[in-house]
Amino acid sequence: MSNRKPGLETLSVHAGTAPDPTTGARQMPIYQTSSFVFDDADHAASLFNLQLPGFIYSRLTNPTVSALEERIAALEDGRGATATASGHAAQILALFPLMHPGDEIVAANKLYGGSINQMGISYKKFGWNVSFVDPDDPKNFRHAITEKTKAIFIESLANPGGVVVDIEAVSEIAHEAGIPLIVDNTMATPYLCKPFNHGADIVVHSTTKFLSGNGSTIGGCVVDSGKFDFMGRDKFPSLSEPAPEYHGLTFAETFGDLAYTMHSHAVGLRDLGACQSPINAWITLLGIETLALRMERHCENALVVARYLESHPAVEWVSYAGLETSKYFKLRKRYMPKGAGGVFTFGLKGGYDAGVTLVDSCEILSHLANIGDTRSLILHPASTTHRQLTEEQLMAAGAGPEVIRISVGIETVEDIMADLEQALQRLVHAKAAE
Amino acid sequence: MNHDNYDDKYIIKVLRDTKTVAMVGASANWNRPSFFAMKYMQQKGFRVIPVNPGISGQEILAEKVVANIDEIDVSIDMVDIFRNSEAAGAITDEAIKVGAKIVWMQLGVRNDEAAKRAEDAGLRVVMNRCPKIEYARLYGELSWHGINSYVITSKRRKLA
Repeated sequence: MSNRKPGLETLSVHAGTAPDPTTGARQMPIYQTSSFVFDDADHAASLFNLQLPGFIYSRLTNPTVSALEERIAALEDGRGATATASGHAAQILALFPLMHPGDEIVAANKLYGGSINQMGISYKKFGWNVSFVDPDDPKNFRHAITEKTKAIFIESLANPGGVVVDIEAVSEIAHEAGIPLIVDNTMATPYLCKPFNHGADIVVHSTTKFLSGNGSTIGGCVVDSGKFDFMGRDKFPSLSEPAPEYHGLTFAETFGDLAYTMHSHAVGLRDLGACQSPINAWITLLGIETLALRMERHCENALVVARYLESHPAVEWVSYAGLETSKYFKLRKRYMPKGAGGVFTFGLKGGYDAGVTLVDSCEILSHLANIGDTRSLILHPASTTHRQLTEEQLMAAGAGPEVIRISVGIETVEDIMADLEQALQRLVHAKAAE
Repeated sequence: MNHDNYDDKYIIKVLRDTKTVAMVGASANWNRPSFFAMKYMQQKGFRVIPVNPGISGQEILAEKVVANIDEIDVSIDMVDIFRNSEAAGAITDEAIKVGAKIVWMQLGVRNDEAAKRAEDAGLRVVMNRCPKIEYARLYGELSWHGINSYVITSKRRKLA
């Protein structure tokens, strides 16, 4: 296939997993080992000096994990990828080559609530400061950038509210300032959106969600486009200046467009230690094989369920970028023409109490804090995932007291609606009894 | 020859047809990219002869450094150029003169006029690539660090 560029479905099945060179095993073997033998002292020295590609210790690299990395890099049209223990670990690892104490990032205020906590509270302990801005007007990012800003961070399709960000407009602002744009592409997946084709420089994933796809495995990934040239930029000394522990090697010079990914393994995973285990990588590789089929059905079912809820008397509003009534409909058509994903929010007329009653009443939809499972999932963010946020943050994140988040699975869509209907009827009856 | 985009098969053939490499701009400093490339290619069975007039007579990785390509007393398959695009012109002409089969210009190095002269003289040319990275990419090793090799295959690849 030397001249033909493989399609996403082909890459989902094949990328990163050629037959095992030793045994011919066609499915990727699970290399469940902590360490790898050296041929001799010179071989070991070459590996430690990064002069020879190879395996030393599974905290740095592992054959099963690197197969997952290559597959996700290929799906995103990226240069390289680094798998991590979780999506949260991916966010820290993505920033690690860019940041020093006192540095800043500008992030959208419409992010997964856990990310707002991580960035707003725990990053401070590293001396990393985050300004949150409303991404609906891209100019807000420009106004928040200072001399110390090292990156912009957005979600392509924001969790939970069906918010779509104008990636190209934000990437132009980032590049004017000489900094990379980092996009969390967890909700959209490369099936719906490839941020690198719209100017993003780095993509992060929680692979726990649609990539692994069946709610079995925690994992994350950082993908580099290879397009942001770190050489000669004194804003990013970790990549553009000699690394003392590698005896003066300069990552951007020696590795060119592989520098960021090499650094993420050789320094990021080495020192932060947030590596992914081989068994988790293997389960995620299995999941990715069916990504396109699942995403197609998630989107199809979600649109049917969103339309049903939009016309339901107990529902105040539905925020799904697949509906013509969504203010993000046009942006979504531009960036995610194949669909609006499987996750969205809706507001109940009954407020906080109605939200608690609804999630407690579902019999097929599972009340839990995850998205992207084959199973339909339902959550009341204000009482769970987003409860550590302030009132103001809740509203900004689209997670007010009346808000329900739903992750529509791939079950028979009539069964999903029937379950919601019986649960919503309880709200209608409760209201009538008042 | 399209020098914007090489077919994998072309690169594989170039690497397979190469046994001896004259590395112009080789550095004795072990943290320089040329040293990395030389050490890697030696480990893969290539003979690499360093060319650098500033340090001629010294040794790099057990090979004596020569000042110019025409001082090399074995036949050279590939001239690998770790110099800037402008300097690559004169080095290409020397490569043609000594009867090399391949001119390879490193990442960031490209000289289309020189490439044309080499191709007219029957040489094969690769520009703006690194033989170490290409070798590692095509034989699966680059993938070990999470790098996208762009290789999709249902065939068992030989260990490099």
